[in-house]
Amino acid sequence: MSQLSELFDFGPFFDNFDLILEGFWATVRLSAASAVLSLVIGTVLVSFRVSPVPVLRAVGAAYVNVLRNTPLTLVLLMCALGLNDTLALKFSDDPGTTYYWWAVTGLSAYTGAFVCEALRSGINTVPLGQAEAARSIGLTFFQSLRMIILPQAFRAVIAPLGSILIAMIKNTTVAAAASYAETATVMKDLLDLPTFNSGAIPLFIGVAIGFMLLTLPTGFFFGWLAKRMAVAR
Amino acid sequence: MSKEANVLFDAPGPRAQARNRVLTVVSAIAVLGVVAALIWRLADKGQFEGELWSPFIEWQVWDNLILPGLWNTLRAAALASVLALLFGAVFGLARLSDHWWIRIPAGAVVEFFRAIPLLILIFLAFFLPNKISPVIAESPFGQFQRLSVEYFFSIFGVEINAGTITVPAFAAVVFGLVMYNGSVLAEVVRAGVLSVPKGQAEAAYSIGLRKNGVMRLVLLPQAVTAMMPAIVSQLVVLLKDTALGFIIAYAELLQAGFKQIPPNYHNNLIQAGLVVAVIYIAINMALSRLATLLERRSRRSRKSAATTMGTGTGAPPAPGMAATSSATGASA
Repeated sequence: MSQLSELFDFGPFFDNFDLILEGFWATVRLSAASAVLSLVIGTVLVSFRVSPVPVLRAVGAAYVNVLRNTPLTLVLLMCALGLNDTLALKFSDDPGTTYYWWAVTGLSAYTGAFVCEALRSGINTVPLGQAEAARSIGLTFFQSLRMIILPQAFRAVIAPLGSILIAMIKNTTVAAAASYAETATVMKDLLDLPTFNSGAIPLFIGVAIGFMLLTLPTGFFFGWLAKRMAVAR
Repeated sequence: MSKEANVLFDAPGPRAQARNRVLTVVSAIAVLGVVAALIWRLADKGQFEGELWSPFIEWQVWDNLILPGLWNTLRAAALASVLALLFGAVFGLARLSDHWWIRIPAGAVVEFFRAIPLLILIFLAFFLPNKISPVIAESPFGQFQRLSVEYFFSIFGVEINAGTITVPAFAAVVFGLVMYNGSVLAEVVRAGVLSVPKGQAEAAYSIGLRKNGVMRLVLLPQAVTAMMPAIVSQLVVLLKDTALGFIIAYAELLQAGFKQIPPNYHNNLIQAGLVVAVIYIAINMALSRLATLLERRSRRSRKSAATTMGTGTGAPPAPGMAATSSATGASA
């Protein structure tokens, strides 16, 4: 039995703790930047999809259908290898910086499609009568948007946006395929070392706890916010 | 949409119609400009050379690389779908159990596997047994490990050689997909059963059915109809996620099309990526179409005002973002 305790030896895990923390820091940086950018992309897309201009609606719908049905791995690989390497569309000459921004772009482009759909269904939850009442008391387009439609639509999308954010945080690991070193890359590199035998279980426990620390509080926060802000109808 | 009033826009009058026409022209020019810039960039880098595209009209390339890759993708997705549905049904119902000693552990398992990225789960199955099996082989559990691999895990292609276990990439991908999507499906099942009106269960109990009968004869048949669209969108997610096998070198569609073809055919990464993307999009859109059809059918066959799995009005539950469907399901 003494040998089995070797499996739970946290020594090697803490020897590489700096490396693992660095990986998680890279994950957090990627998540934060992608969260902002995907919200921007999603908002622009949804304004296309609900606009009265047919061309823009078609562009929005095509974008959402393509990005939503392509595996994220392929999206990120196309960004890193196709656009960055082959077409030489680089954000910077430093490989670390350019791969980071391509990972952010790819992840946001993918997540933006889902944000767009969530926002669109949020707008659809507002009953038509609300808009008609707003128009009948003489509110202009922007006034009814600002005071009537968006406040209700925004509250309805808090919970779906929270789920999308959590899924996105978990999806950052896929950037390991696209030359961006984050938690999954660090983990794979450590596991590829022949000397890192006994530390495998602690490494998994550590990484699992790390991700749960990122995702579970996010989930609780958005659940609480959605309940607090729910529209009584 | 443009001709009638909706939540955002009133029915356009003559001035709004004129403005919309101008916007249409302007936006069409802008879209064409972006497309032209992209084509110019591609041409500038010589991406329209015939030799980069010609591999995809050779039967040999399809026969040796793309079709076997597609077969491996579909194989992994099919097996994982069946097992994930099983996992989801068992754990979803276990979470509804009246016994706390079933409900709480099942809830913990589901929440754990939903909180961990799928890629980490695939790594878990791929690397961990190989790393820890030599130590276990030396311990009193060595015999048990050997026998369990030889008599059970070998059906998934797992091998044991002098105490060291090797998990094939196929089994690792399937394991990850089953655990993650199974947990999401468990939430779908739970939400589906909870969405059946309370009176149904009460009526079933009142005519003398037991717990088993209430669930099997009354709640589940109604729940399955409501769950169908959410289940199919989750299976689209599962199919897309097989592409993660790329990272552990499982020979699926992405690996075959994007990793194997370019080095042999003048490094045609962009062309290979586009072809692979088209295949994925075609399969997934077909599956999504199926989900829409099922939803329409289930809506028609249910006379009562049933609460659907989605957020009510608007888009069907987004296929793709795994957590989305579960979250909207949980609120149902």
